Amino acid sequence: MKISIPKIIIFSFTIFLLSVFWLGLKINHNYDTKSLVGSKISKFYVTEINNENQYISEEDLKKNKYTLINFFASWCSPCRVEHRYLMSLSNQNKEIKIIGINFKDKKINANNFLKDLGNPYDFVGEDTDGKISISFGIYGIPESILVNNELIVIKKIIGPINQVQFNDILKSIQ
Amino acid sequence: MKKNFSFLIIYFLFLGPLSSSDNKTELSEIYKNLRCLVCQGQSIADSNSDFAATVKLVVQDQFNEGKTKDEIYNFLISKYGEWIVYQPTFSKSNLLLWTLPYFIFIMGGVFIFLIIRKSKNNKAN
Repeated sequence: MKISIPKIIIFSFTIFLLSVFWLGLKINHNYDTKSLVGSKISKFYVTEINNENQYISEEDLKKNKYTLINFFASWCSPCRVEHRYLMSLSNQNKEIKIIGINFKDKKINANNFLKDLGNPYDFVGEDTDGKISISFGIYGIPESILVNNELIVIKKIIGPINQVQFNDILKSIQ
Repeated sequence: MKKNFSFLIIYFLFLGPLSSSDNKTELSEIYKNLRCLVCQGQSIADSNSDFAATVKLVVQDQFNEGKTKDEIYNFLISKYGEWIVYQPTFSKSNLLLWTLPYFIFIMGGVFIFLIIRKSKNNKAN
């Protein structure tokens, strides 16, 4: 049987297309920003929620061995769920500093939230228009970023912190 | 003096709005090329989500600071990965994506050429 070049081309192209479709079905399409782990956080400047003259920047994080940056809001119910883990992290471990960034929230509501559930944060900053969240690659809250004193992202937790992630954080900072 | 004054009026009446509409077009082009990460198949331009609104604010700020389109894209790619842009940048990992259409185009040409040549040969025989 004589095999012509056009037939070989059609056959190879069909095989190629089928392989692309098969691989496309196999790949996990759930998007997350965990690829930021290992990268350095960029410069930032956050003012304190109750005192505009007080602020924190990336330079301040270099003084801490580990810092957990947590984006939260009083209107976010998963934030209430994860709050107890932040409280125990703050009470149990002095190696880690926790910075809370209040996201698109009312000052009074944020203060009441911390009054009711306790304040695990060493600094509470505000991000009223959400612009700061973009420089941390946040696309929904709660989200937490664990960085070391070289400002390298060690862990990125998308969604509320649960028991497994809480243990992971403890392991990471040991 | 009068001439200068009328020129200024013409500038502010016509050219001023023109440049601002140019900026709007460029901004909307940037929004259209950005994927809304929390929506299903929508761009930042199409979406009214909270995330899209925030990205628009950041893009506007950077645009007003004089940053170029590529600088804005690169900033967002560094934070959200290449998934955030609809038109990916040319890199080793997506070499196939960029070159394959041209390859298929050339192969199509070769294929048509071979068919024509074959049919001519058949006719000649």
